[in-house]
Amino acid sequence: MTKLLSIRLVAILAGLGFALVALYSFVVGAFAFLTEETAPHLPYEEPRDFAFSFDGPAGKWDVQQLQRGLKVYDEVCSACHSLKYVAFRNLSQIGYDEGQVKAYAASKQVPGIDPNTGEATTRPGLPTDYFPSPYPNAVAAAAANNNAIPPDLSLITKARGDGTNYVASLLAGYQEPSAELLAEHPEAAPGPGLYHNPYFPNLNLAMAPPLTSTGQVTYDDGTEATIEQMSIDVAAFLTWTAEPTLVQRKQTGWPVLLFLLFATVLAYLSKKQIWAAVKPKKK
Amino acid sequence: MSFPWAKEYTPANGFTKFLDEKLPLPRLVYNAVGAGYPVPRNLSYFWNFGVLAGFFLVLQIVTGIILAMHYAANAQVAFATTEHIMRNVNWGWLMRYAHANGASFFFIVVYLHIFRGFYYSSYKAPREMIWLLGVTIFLLMMATAFMGYVLPWGQMSFWGAKVITGLFGAIPLVGEPIQIWLLGGYAPDNAALNRFFSLHFLLPFVIAGCVILHIWALHIPGSSNPTGVEIKSESDTLPFHPYYTVKDGFGLGVALILFMTMVFFLPNALGHPDNYIEANPLSTPAHIVPEWYFWPFYAILRAFTVDFLFIPAKLLGVIAMFGSILLWFILPWLDRSPVRSGHYRPLFRKFFWFGLIPAMIVLFICGGAPAEEPYVMLSQLATAYYFLHFLVILPIVGQIEKPEPLPYSITEAVLGSDKKAVLGENASPAV
Repeated sequence: MTKLLSIRLVAILAGLGFALVALYSFVVGAFAFLTEETAPHLPYEEPRDFAFSFDGPAGKWDVQQLQRGLKVYDEVCSACHSLKYVAFRNLSQIGYDEGQVKAYAASKQVPGIDPNTGEATTRPGLPTDYFPSPYPNAVAAAAANNNAIPPDLSLITKARGDGTNYVASLLAGYQEPSAELLAEHPEAAPGPGLYHNPYFPNLNLAMAPPLTSTGQVTYDDGTEATIEQMSIDVAAFLTWTAEPTLVQRKQTGWPVLLFLLFATVLAYLSKKQIWAAVKPKKK
Repeated sequence: MSFPWAKEYTPANGFTKFLDEKLPLPRLVYNAVGAGYPVPRNLSYFWNFGVLAGFFLVLQIVTGIILAMHYAANAQVAFATTEHIMRNVNWGWLMRYAHANGASFFFIVVYLHIFRGFYYSSYKAPREMIWLLGVTIFLLMMATAFMGYVLPWGQMSFWGAKVITGLFGAIPLVGEPIQIWLLGGYAPDNAALNRFFSLHFLLPFVIAGCVILHIWALHIPGSSNPTGVEIKSESDTLPFHPYYTVKDGFGLGVALILFMTMVFFLPNALGHPDNYIEANPLSTPAHIVPEWYFWPFYAILRAFTVDFLFIPAKLLGVIAMFGSILLWFILPWLDRSPVRSGHYRPLFRKFFWFGLIPAMIVLFICGGAPAEEPYVMLSQLATAYYFLHFLVILPIVGQIEKPEPLPYSITEAVLGSDKKAVLGENASPAV
């Protein structure tokens, strides 16, 4: 008994000790909080809410939109950004037939080896090749872009919070900083080689506005290529590159849930029946 | 073990008779989770989570083994092979999303299982050993989950590994050599990734072994129950099968509906977007946060912001974080109230619902938030309460509290005066 008492005594002392030290940190922190000024956060905006065809539990790809987005990537983004986890063969999932995939792949130069000399060279792409990187390596990418390496875009919409809306908002959101913002946060003025964008957490990013005028890309389906339209389309395309199985996933989910719902109702009824006899009678 | 009225296994045919003589495996199952295990008749749905935890352990092992067939634990290609699983492996995306969300669900059901134990003080004699094994399982789960999160080799994988192994660096004198030894280098790299993969594959089987011991230890006193009154007679119990197999089956259905909703419709909701960026030792994420199930303990770690009597704040945080879980080991000897169930403990109940639960919620929120005010101050208050609750309040409440009257037996608690409903008079025969 004395032994047990001593365990509790040690515990009580230890508990008071932990609490005391935590409260000491609290008092010091609270004093600093009341007396010192903390650096204010730069006010950036949450992504706008665009409605995409693949949103929601029954969402589906808009194949036309994905093809328009590919064209924006192909003609604009691919100058600086790679798409290394996507193969040309994957394009057959967004409505291109075998011939179109082959022709598209062949129009790109991918790294290869000269069969006669063994030297590094380039060759036309095959459907099994992956999208080539615009730069031979990270050093070249940094050198060409003022030391800011353009990120690979394969997964960009999964690598940002609310990624699809974020990419679309960012691309369509370049603007001059407002006078009020600069009055309140003079440090928010873009430095040399930086561009203001309210959706970027630092408010200033190294990427120059990539989409600058309506009709910059000529859409094959006749859609008017406004800056916002191009931003939305390429964000949709990059959602597909980040998760080509997104629609398959949602469509597989429904039968799974319906089956589970059915099985669970059966289990509930079995439970009720088996337990009925041993439950107390209702008064 | 078990009770004298437990049903005896009788082999039905020649084959099961042969088996029963040579290797009585069916008898073992019958006595463990079949009609041969008498269980209190008054268990609520809070007693479903043990079986659910077992289910998710098996799910993690099965999906994990399949993922390991396609994954390569090499810092050069780990991120790419994860994407290979997502894109090129047939149903690979399903296996990976089930494994990632399966870890979250494993923790959800285990947390409910543990907090059931807190409220009904399931840890009290004669069930101390079950509790000790359970806390051990929880610690092994934390280690396994941490190492598993490193394997995709994303930004949070890398920086999480750096922060957590950095905790060992806080140990005086030997901390830095220990950290280098654990990582196999100065920072997480191939050596760390390889050993984490090896251990991440091994530990689930260690957990499975501990689960077997946990269940074995459970079968000696039998399951606890919401009244905390021990089993007195046959009418207090029902055979596990069919009564609890069917009840657990229904609970499993509900859990699977929630789980599959996450897997198919919100598979990344519980993850961090930064982990879809490949690990980059030169770029630190703005906020390094662990997976959600570590947030309460991460908040305790970060609550200690000021050195105290020459002890560096970081070391205090590390001691408090490990201490906050290790103290669960001595709970059976701290809480000496003779009453088990929180239903009959008015004072304990107040501290549980208005102290511990809010403190855990605050710690959870603060652990996931950036290290800024007011989160830091809130986490400091909640941390202080957390330690006071377990180490000071629990032992004292047990001494000074006047418990409410207990029912004479489980049967009385369930049936009241309805004597006819006692098992044997109008119960259906076990299937």
